[in-house]
Amino acid sequence: MQLKDLFAKKKKYASIPSEQAKKDVPEGLMQKCDSCQKIYYQKEWKKNLYVCPNCGRHHQITSHERIQHLFDENTFVEWDKELLSGNPLDFPQYEEKIEKDRVKTGLNEAVVTGEGLIKGKPCAVAVMDSRFRMGSMGSVVGEKITRAIENAREKKIPVIVFAASGGARMQEGILSLMQMAKTSIAIQRLHKENGLFISVMTNPTTGGVSASFASIGDYNFAEPGALIGFAGRRIIEQTIREKLPSDFQTAEFQLTHGQVDKVIPRQEMRDTLATILEIHQLGGVADETSS
Amino acid sequence: MKQVLEFEKPVIELREKIEELKRMTKDSEIDLSEEIEKMETRLKKLENNIYGQLKPWDRVQIARHSDRPTTLDYIQHLFTNFIEFHGDRYYGDDEAVVAGIARFNHIPVTVIGQQRGKNTKENIERNFGMPHPEGYRKALRHMKQADKFNRPIITFIDTKGAYPGKAAEERGQSEAIARNLMEMAGLKVPIICIVIGEGGSGGALGIGVGDHIHMLENSTYSVISPEGAAALLWKDAKQAERAAKSLKITAPDLKELGVIDEVIPEPLGGAHRDIAEQAKAIGSVIEDSLEKLMKLTEDDLLEERWEKYKKIGEVKERIQV
Repeated sequence: MQLKDLFAKKKKYASIPSEQAKKDVPEGLMQKCDSCQKIYYQKEWKKNLYVCPNCGRHHQITSHERIQHLFDENTFVEWDKELLSGNPLDFPQYEEKIEKDRVKTGLNEAVVTGEGLIKGKPCAVAVMDSRFRMGSMGSVVGEKITRAIENAREKKIPVIVFAASGGARMQEGILSLMQMAKTSIAIQRLHKENGLFISVMTNPTTGGVSASFASIGDYNFAEPGALIGFAGRRIIEQTIREKLPSDFQTAEFQLTHGQVDKVIPRQEMRDTLATILEIHQLGGVADETSS
Repeated sequence: MKQVLEFEKPVIELREKIEELKRMTKDSEIDLSEEIEKMETRLKKLENNIYGQLKPWDRVQIARHSDRPTTLDYIQHLFTNFIEFHGDRYYGDDEAVVAGIARFNHIPVTVIGQQRGKNTKENIERNFGMPHPEGYRKALRHMKQADKFNRPIITFIDTKGAYPGKAAEERGQSEAIARNLMEMAGLKVPIICIVIGEGGSGGALGIGVGDHIHMLENSTYSVISPEGAAALLWKDAKQAERAAKSLKITAPDLKELGVIDEVIPEPLGGAHRDIAEQAKAIGSVIEDSLEKLMKLTEDDLLEERWEKYKKIGEVKERIQV
């Protein structure tokens, strides 16, 4: 035994819990708002739909939790769950990245689609999940959203899309770009038959997703504080060589610039959507049973 | 001063040498015609060698060449009676987009294209061919008019992208592009889109939804610039050459991926070597497209347009047991 072993070694590095370990944090632990730094019980946090009770900051919510909150109990049926991405360009490391996010999120891709009832009103939905490849749109995301819109058109039910995406998925190149066209054409087909399309932009809705289906709803809604815009802030600042105001490209900025109809807090989303669905009465057909 | 691209330097140097020898023959009594002939054969071989196997990055350079013909160059060669119209009727006139009516082989058409400049002054006027929302809205206004008066639409795509600026965001760049994608899907007249230079992402697609999509051989069409992709992937914009290859952005790549209909061949060395010849090649492709598309009924046209985009993308379906 050497002398130096008698003294405890000082740890040089702090250990950061892995993604898996973070997920494994048991209920009842605390959660800190990254905006106002206030600390809450995890349970309270979840019950408040990840919206800080103190400052109102809307934090990330998973697609399945959003669906659970929106739809009447046990009414949601998922569509196209088994659609998986390929690697059409043989892009380096793309498959590994997809696989990593599949393990991390338990999702097969960055959007969950399906149908269900919101306060008894049927509607189709596509909910993007920004945890999966930043919610970027490649072939599968484009295909699932297109199918959801087409299904809604055929069933004559409204469709709601919750966008949460950094834009088109780089690793699928031009095929990702063409998903913008594909989804927009599907929306056009829906509009032609007077189908209702509601777009809800959540944090973030940028690039190719904001420049396609997300911006052309019959109603464009947004969650408070969500980042919404076409080009990235850094690129704009580099291009125009000036600093942008802190509220640039927020939901509130888009509201004052006429791009968003209404900013709706997450807790009010279900009620507001239900009212709109009711006023629209199953895509315009009068339903005498409703009050 | 003509812009010389790195990969074509040997060709340019040899060509200059031949010119020099020719001058010498003319000025002095020495006859060098035999040498000249030998060198010209060598030049042909070298040209075929270099231009015959262009790498993606070489094509990017040609697509960005300062002498590359622009929308207005082709309009001049391809159409008669072209009249340009300005303004979106909401905000202003975006000079990065030109739009107007003309005749193509006597057929009335609407022509729309992104317009870059060939020098600094022109580029400032044209904002380097990067449209603001009013550019897309001007384009849409003319497309709807084409729909009303039953005129086919021909668009020329040539932009690094929609302009990433503050005012563009404030006036709804996303909405302007998105609306065009949706509205173009429903127009009841043939739409032919031709990528003539750079097809930069959503900004290109904003006038690029159509029945036939063609690309000049050395043009590119991409979701992100090679420099942008390299910065994101490898934190190094200098790896753009590698990104240009991985992203599959050349005309032959897009043809293979089933995204475009025709690759329009270019003169050896690029479109700028012979604008008239290039315009002729474009003209014959437009003629073919118009002939096919004008035969279709409105319903068939829209159905085929939908089918075309519906099948783009690679999706694997796992069957659940």
